[in-house]
Order: sequence, then structure tokens, then C-alpha cells
Amino acid sequence: MTIVETAVGTAKTMVLNMGPQHPSTHGVLRILLELDGETVVKAIPDLGYLHTGIEKSCEDKTYSQAITLTDRIDYLNPLGNNLVYCLAVEKLLGLEVPKRAQYIRVMMVELQRISSHLVWLGTHAIDLGAMSVFLYCFREREEILNIFELFAGQRMMTSYIRIGGLALDPPAGWRQAVERFLKMMPSRVDEYESLLTENRIWIGRTKGVGYISPEDAIALSMSGPTLRAAGVAYDNRKAFPYSSYEEFNFGVPIRKESDCYARYLVRVAEMRESLKIIRQAFDKIKDEGPIKAEAPGIIPPQREKMKTEMEALIYHFKIFTEGFSPPPGEVFVTVESPRGELGCFIASDGSPKPLRVHFRGPSYINLQALPKLIEGQLISDVIACIGTIDIVLGEVDR
Amino acid sequence: MTESSSKNANVVAECLRSWNPKAVVEVIEFRGETTIVVPRELLRAAAEHCRGDAKLQYNFLTDATCVDRYPAEPRFELNYHLVSIPRREKVRLRVWLGGNDPVVDSLVPVWPGANWLEREIFDLFGIRFTGHPDLRRILLPDDWEGHPLRRDYPVEGYRDVPNTGELFRKSSTP
Repeated sequence: MTIVETAVGTAKTMVLNMGPQHPSTHGVLRILLELDGETVVKAIPDLGYLHTGIEKSCEDKTYSQAITLTDRIDYLNPLGNNLVYCLAVEKLLGLEVPKRAQYIRVMMVELQRISSHLVWLGTHAIDLGAMSVFLYCFREREEILNIFELFAGQRMMTSYIRIGGLALDPPAGWRQAVERFLKMMPSRVDEYESLLTENRIWIGRTKGVGYISPEDAIALSMSGPTLRAAGVAYDNRKAFPYSSYEEFNFGVPIRKESDCYARYLVRVAEMRESLKIIRQAFDKIKDEGPIKAEAPGIIPPQREKMKTEMEALIYHFKIFTEGFSPPPGEVFVTVESPRGELGCFIASDGSPKPLRVHFRGPSYINLQALPKLIEGQLISDVIACIGTIDIVLGEVDR
Repeated sequence: MTESSSKNANVVAECLRSWNPKAVVEVIEFRGETTIVVPRELLRAAAEHCRGDAKLQYNFLTDATCVDRYPAEPRFELNYHLVSIPRREKVRLRVWLGGNDPVVDSLVPVWPGANWLEREIFDLFGIRFTGHPDLRRILLPDDWEGHPLRRDYPVEGYRDVPNTGELFRKSSTP
């Protein structure tokens, strides 16, 4: 508690403990707030409540076993985590993934981006008092999860993207399912916009709230929609294309206002751009073709081959007992996750288990800017600011 | 792709060498990624140079992480991943730290975003950063003993699971 000199006299500040169990912190985040009346004087985030030691666990698993752990880092973007991890291992091995698998990866990751933005929009709106948007968003998210279930047999922790390609061929009827979604979704995005974009309460709660200058945003290593809403055109899909993103035609939405409202507009525009990418990937994916790279000893052989060929059986046995050994070295790969720059660093010492796996979680680093966003603002804006960064505590704490 | 990256490696190495001949210990190229090994004393100055030099413009610190090469010495390898948003180039700065004295200059004065990254490394590896404004544990509780991401720290940990009864305790001891 400190004494604050105000215009009307001296006042004492109060310390408020927000979280770790608070509905609008989207998980177990604790923030210590020093308040002067309703104004936040100082904010100290306290994390680690969900620390599971995934990076340490990865060191004790073979390269392919660690994929299931990556799903659980950012549980709203499991496919994106699979992708960044597999891209890093593939880079370490020098593997080339077939084009068909790359396009399917792009399609799945963009579907995931929309579903993640839908969860963000729904929960952000419910934090700010707009209940109905939440229900609309989760209705469409359900459609996306059904598509994932069709492809991978799982709705959330899919582990669908594997080293060198994909787990399974696309199932029969996938085109109808994706086509139906692509036809339905644009009008649904319009629906959210008609509910919020010109809504006076929404504008009142978000416009001018949580400003950060582009210089500060870059200095604090922020990335993703929060950085792009500050007017910095930095998107990994354009700056360092991966998985054939350079062949796709899409825009990177930018705003200059850098407040919660601008971040909302950027994310909604991103959903529309993602739909364009999904449509292009949908047309590019051929009905026939390989979904896995040709690399005996690294990629498990097809089941028919395993049953008939001695060599394939030996490879299968070796991959699932001792794994494969990439050359010694370090790689760092970044992709654009719904929250920003998601990176994966792998150091190999030439053994079948990684020496070190590190994930650069965009929520972790973006959360660092929270005190900057909320200090000097009202306590009710704290909730808007936490929501606008779009944190996933699984990724923050890992 | 590899050609352009090795060109970039030359640009960065030349720039750093012309600023201070001792700044570049080694340039490593692997899978199209450039690593510049910098002496420990020069890390902060080299980082400042990378950010400020008009030819380099590495304005964005994307990641900082540590690798423990135990039992080799020097065991800790600190990696800073820099991105130049205007030039669309990446580079990795690396310093080696010995196990008995893992101390290095903090990069928070250069990039404020290094704050939590360095706290995480301090927490999980026990590396101290001089000049860091708030060097506390970040993910683990304040009273945690040891630094779990070190290679000599067992995956199962040292401590019994508190207050969970015999069932868990039995499984954690061999």
C-alpha cells in the first residue's frame, strides 16, 4: 500500500488480487493490481499455475512421441503446434514434404485459426457482457471441430500432422464437409459483425482501450494480431513463408489505432482471409497423391508393405522402439499461430531423443505487455485488455 | 534460400567484425540458419549493434533460450533469435557459459521484451543476468529447489508429490 498524491488530496492505494480463479482470465492467471480508486496504478502478472514441464518431458521422448505433447501446449491451436514442431524436425532432418500434404496442412491450420478466433471472439464478448455472440461463435466452432473429427478422429488433440506428412489420408466425404463450411461461414462472419462492429456498448468498452505504440509493441516482442493492430505488417506467412504459403493469395489485415477495437477488427478480417486460403487450398489438393515423405527409417512404412516386406517390418520396429537419429545441430522455425509468432527450437545431439525442445509461445510473450496496456486505465478495462491479447494459459505456462 | 542466408551471414559477420574485431568468435551455418557466436563480455554491445546498425536493423527479439550440454564444459549455450522486420532476415546470437559461473549481461536494456524470456531461463536453468530489473522465478514457485531443465535434473524430479499419499510417493522412488 502506498500513499498517492491526487488532485483532491492524499489517498491510499489498495492491492487487489485478481485470479488465479477468475472467469475472465481465461485459465489460471493471477494479476496483482494496485488500485487508486478504480484506476490501476501498477499491475504484476503472476504465472506458472499451469506449468506442466512439457519441454522437459520432450527431452525424454523420441522425436515422434513428442508430437502428442505439442497438442497440449496451446489447446486452441493443436494443429498449429503440431505443424511448428514437425516443421522443425523436418528441417533438422532435411526432409521434403509432398505438396499434397503441405496443402492439407495449410487448410487444417487455417481452419484452426478460424476456430481459435471464434473462441477468442466468443469469450471476449462474454467478458464484456455480450452473451449471444458466444453462442453464435461456438455454433460455428462446432462445425470446424466436426471437420477435424472427420480427418483425424479427434476433435481437439488431433496429432494429425506428423513428421514428414500427415497421419491419415483425407477421409471420404471431406470435400462436401469443407465445401459446406466454406459456403456457410462468410455470412456467419457478417452475423458477428452485425452484432458487434457498430454496437455502441461494444465500441464504448473497446475503442481507445489498451493502447500500445508500435515502437513499444516491437520492443516488447509482441506479435500476431496485437502487433498488426498497431500498424506493423509482420506476418510469418508472408515474411518467412513455410508449408507453401508463398503460393497462396491472401491479405494481411492492418489497423493503426492499436486499441482493443482495432484488434477485434483485425481478427475478424483475418477470419475472412483464412476463408480465402482454405478455398485456394481446397482447390489445390488433388484427390490422389502421397501424404508422407519418402524416407525409410524415419517415416513409418505403409501397413500393406509392413505385412509383406521384411525391410519395411524392420524399419517399423526400429522407428517405434528406438526412434530415428537426426544429425547434430539446432534449428528454429516460426509459424504464424492465431496468437502470433509461434516458434519451435530443437537442439539435437545426434541421439534419438532431442537434447532440448523449446517453444516460443506467443501468448507468453504478448502477456508481458499487459502491465503496459492496463496501467492508468480503469479496472473494468483490465478484463477487456486480458481478452484482447488472446492468451491461452496452457501456452503461457507450458 | 541457402544462398541468400549465407549472404546474410556474411553481412552480419562483416558488420560485427568491422565494429569490433573480437566480436565474432565463430559463424555456424546449419540448414540455412546462421549462428554467430559472440564472446560473453560483448553480448550486450553486440546485440545493441545488431539492433542499431542501419545495415542490420535486427529490431525484434523473437526468442531467447538455453541448451544445457552437461557434462561438457562450457555447458550452457544461450541462443538469442533476432528478426529484422524491415529486412526480413533472421540471425541467432550465441554465447557459451561455464557451469560454475553462469552469469551474463541482461538484454533487457536493449529489448524490454527480453524480460520474461530471461526470467524463464533463470528459473529453469539457473543462469543469472546482470542488470535485469526483476530477476525472479516466473513459472515455478519461489521456494522451488534446483533448476529442472538442467540435464542433471531427473525428469521425475527430486521431490515427492506433496500431500498425495503413499500411492504417488511409491511410484516416484525407484
